[in-house]
Amino acid sequence: MADASALLEPQIPALRRYAYALLRDHDLADDLVQDTLERALSRWAFRRDDGDLRAWLFAIQRNLYVSRWRQRRRRGTPVALDEAPLPGVAPRQEATMEVHDVLAALDQLPEEQKSLLLLVGVEDFSYDDAARLLGMPVGTVMSRLSRARQRLRAIVETGRTTLLRRVK
Amino acid sequence: MTGGPDAIIEDDLQAYVDGRLDGARLAAVEAYLAQHAEVRERVVLEQRQRAALRGQLEAKFAEPIPPRLWIANIQAARRRRLRRWTGAAAAGLLLFTVGAGTGWMAGRRGTDLAATTAAPTTAVAQNASAAYRTFVVEVAHPVEVDAQHQAHLLQWLSRRLGKPLVAPDLGHFGYRLMGGRLLPGGRGAAAQLMYEDAGGRRLTVYVRAAEGSETAFRFQHEGEASTFAWIDQGFGFAVTGALPREELLPIAEAVYHGFAGDTDAVRKN
Repeated sequence: MADASALLEPQIPALRRYAYALLRDHDLADDLVQDTLERALSRWAFRRDDGDLRAWLFAIQRNLYVSRWRQRRRRGTPVALDEAPLPGVAPRQEATMEVHDVLAALDQLPEEQKSLLLLVGVEDFSYDDAARLLGMPVGTVMSRLSRARQRLRAIVETGRTTLLRRVK
Repeated sequence: MTGGPDAIIEDDLQAYVDGRLDGARLAAVEAYLAQHAEVRERVVLEQRQRAALRGQLEAKFAEPIPPRLWIANIQAARRRRLRRWTGAAAAGLLLFTVGAGTGWMAGRRGTDLAATTAAPTTAVAQNASAAYRTFVVEVAHPVEVDAQHQAHLLQWLSRRLGKPLVAPDLGHFGYRLMGGRLLPGGRGAAAQLMYEDAGGRRLTVYVRAAEGSETAFRFQHEGEASTFAWIDQGFGFAVTGALPREELLPIAEAVYHGFAGDTDAVRKN
């Protein structure tokens, strides 16, 4: 297992990013990544040598999140959209406000759409890889991606209207 | 957005948002967007939101990896856990002795999960499940030889199986060895070890010779019985119990990891 460390470590920043986007809590996100890595190490010998390590790890993490973490999170205190910290945001210009809380808006999407937007839009998985990872045909990936972006637009739009109303 | 094969469809627009078009298709989408201001506006917004999301998560990606996620630390913690478990299991350790040193992990490197033959594992799981159903309900004679004669039991089963067999100690999970029996299995003999917890719940560990390449755990559910089965070095193993998958898995994994952990600890010490 000597090579596990060298192969796994470069993948950790992206796994942490995905976990954080799903959980929106730094400690919980690292708990999830730790679970993922432990699981990966215990299954290391079953991994396909020619397989895509990154996709394998993301699949493990996503499955763990769906099977265990989502419930744990739901039991926790939900962070209201307004209270969610928005790092580095100066909500002065219209253009900034329009997009500034995409991460918070993402939170309101169902897990599948959320994962899809993260895996394709942030982690740069190909549509085919995303389809395999999420266990759906690639055609479904395309239509759900479109729907997810449509919903995200609507959520951000609504949030913006609320924000503007409050400012007035 | 309907029409001939060159018509721009929603998939094209999504691929455009993701920057995954090139050549003629990219040019076609750009031409289309130039003529459809409303669609263009929407696509630009989606692009901007995509970029914003990436931007918001950039800092997270750039963070240094905290020590608790260092692989070396996770591996060390795993070894500690395994050793503790092995320690707790003490005398009657769970191990099916499968050739010292090499270990299953090393033996399985490169195993193609998708290509491994499912059939032998399934057969082992089915045999184990059938044997479980037959004997677990047995009140008078659940086992042929009871745990008081453990040495004799294991010697006998090992000889008939052609494999040195040690009874796993599942005390960690609250299960104590009741005993075992010999069964017909595959083309030879099979051994069934039965365990019981304080509440009278029983589970079995089943071993017999099996063909086929080495496999990962396979899960099977039949009636009330859940089974995890796998094949290694010419033998099929199965752990069966009336337990939900998530409760049975750690027990099956303990059997597996107990062995892997033991060889690991030996190598490190």
